[in-house]
Amino acid sequence: MNGLLTIDRSQGRARKCARPMSMADFLQRIAEAGDVEAFRKLFEAYAPRVKSYMMRQGADANTAEELAQETLLTVWRKARLYSGDKGSATTWIFTIARNLRIDKLRREQTWVALPDGYDQEASPDATPDEALAQEERRVRVQRALAELPSDQHEAVVLSYIEGLSHSEIAERLELPLGTVKSRMRLAYLKIRDAVEDLK
Amino acid sequence: MTITHHPAPESLMSCSAGSMPEAFAAVMASHIAMCPTCRGDLAVMEQIGTVLFDEIASTPVSGPIAVDTRRNVGPGRGDEKQLRSDGSIPQPLVKALGNSLDQVSWTHIGPGIWQHRIALSRRGRGSLRLIKVDPGRSLPEHGHSGSELTLVLRGAFRDESGSYNVGDVADIGQDVEHAPIADADQGCICLVATEGQMRFKGRIARLMQRFVGF
Repeated sequence: MNGLLTIDRSQGRARKCARPMSMADFLQRIAEAGDVEAFRKLFEAYAPRVKSYMMRQGADANTAEELAQETLLTVWRKARLYSGDKGSATTWIFTIARNLRIDKLRREQTWVALPDGYDQEASPDATPDEALAQEERRVRVQRALAELPSDQHEAVVLSYIEGLSHSEIAERLELPLGTVKSRMRLAYLKIRDAVEDLK
Repeated sequence: MTITHHPAPESLMSCSAGSMPEAFAAVMASHIAMCPTCRGDLAVMEQIGTVLFDEIASTPVSGPIAVDTRRNVGPGRGDEKQLRSDGSIPQPLVKALGNSLDQVSWTHIGPGIWQHRIALSRRGRGSLRLIKVDPGRSLPEHGHSGSELTLVLRGAFRDESGSYNVGDVADIGQDVEHAPIADADQGCICLVATEGQMRFKGRIARLMQRFVGF
């Protein structure tokens, strides 16, 4: 299929994200065949959340929308670099959104690469076992996060979703820097314990 | 290469969240490129980001999006091929420094001490530089008005807190004063991120600071 395709997103409403593996399948179809329908599915699943993410990071609605579009267009362009054995489709797309946010909202250079390393060509897909392990890991991290004491959970959310540095979190919560650091450290140690045996 | 000094988990987390001041993110990224242990931790941390991202409520996206589906501009093979490091320099620094430590140009800033500043984005927070210390030489004792993150790229150094070899990270807090000494045989080249100024103690060191903006 050639030419410009216009996707009407006016119907794009919040919907429950489909299972991660099927999202990875869509990515693969984009990579292999430039499948526009697969892209539409990804767009509907992710663009509304990327937009919210950008707004939480301080973007106004218009900028957030542009950045959501740009994130998904990057997904389209780089689909071939996605590799199922390095993480879920959501992880990959979130990382693209994160880097775009550093680049465009903070106007800083991104030093930490995508999880697929240094933009090398993707290796073959995850085996079913790897995909299962990935899903198991996701479920456990989710549970461990939900069980964190609220002060630790808050620090983690401010870091990941609002994009605040340790000192900015300390300022926001009116806490000593050391307290913020130890809350984040404790949160991580609990989450790591929950997935330790999967490594 | 055995790495014994790793960054604190909360620093790695901030890095995975994309929330770290740029100069520090550069040091972290370089360490991560050298350290399989931290890459393992980072994978778990990226999962944390993914789960939180998944839990964000959606905001409706309006208006159409145009995707150019012509194959020549469609899903490509990514960006242009990157220059690969010759092994002496972590891959994330190659864009800023070239692919070998041996090609770096140095500015002499004091007895046995050299530096190479690395430009950050205009709004980037903190400052980033390579510091080269000749064998057996030491940096004047100094404290910091902010934190300092150091990664050894070649040789080794030691200070009051221990000895640091290639790949090791020293995370120096705001209130710590130290006088690092470079390895007697190989000297030391480090990547150093600082937040705020270093505060030198002696008179000569303070003069040096005034002239070179160290």
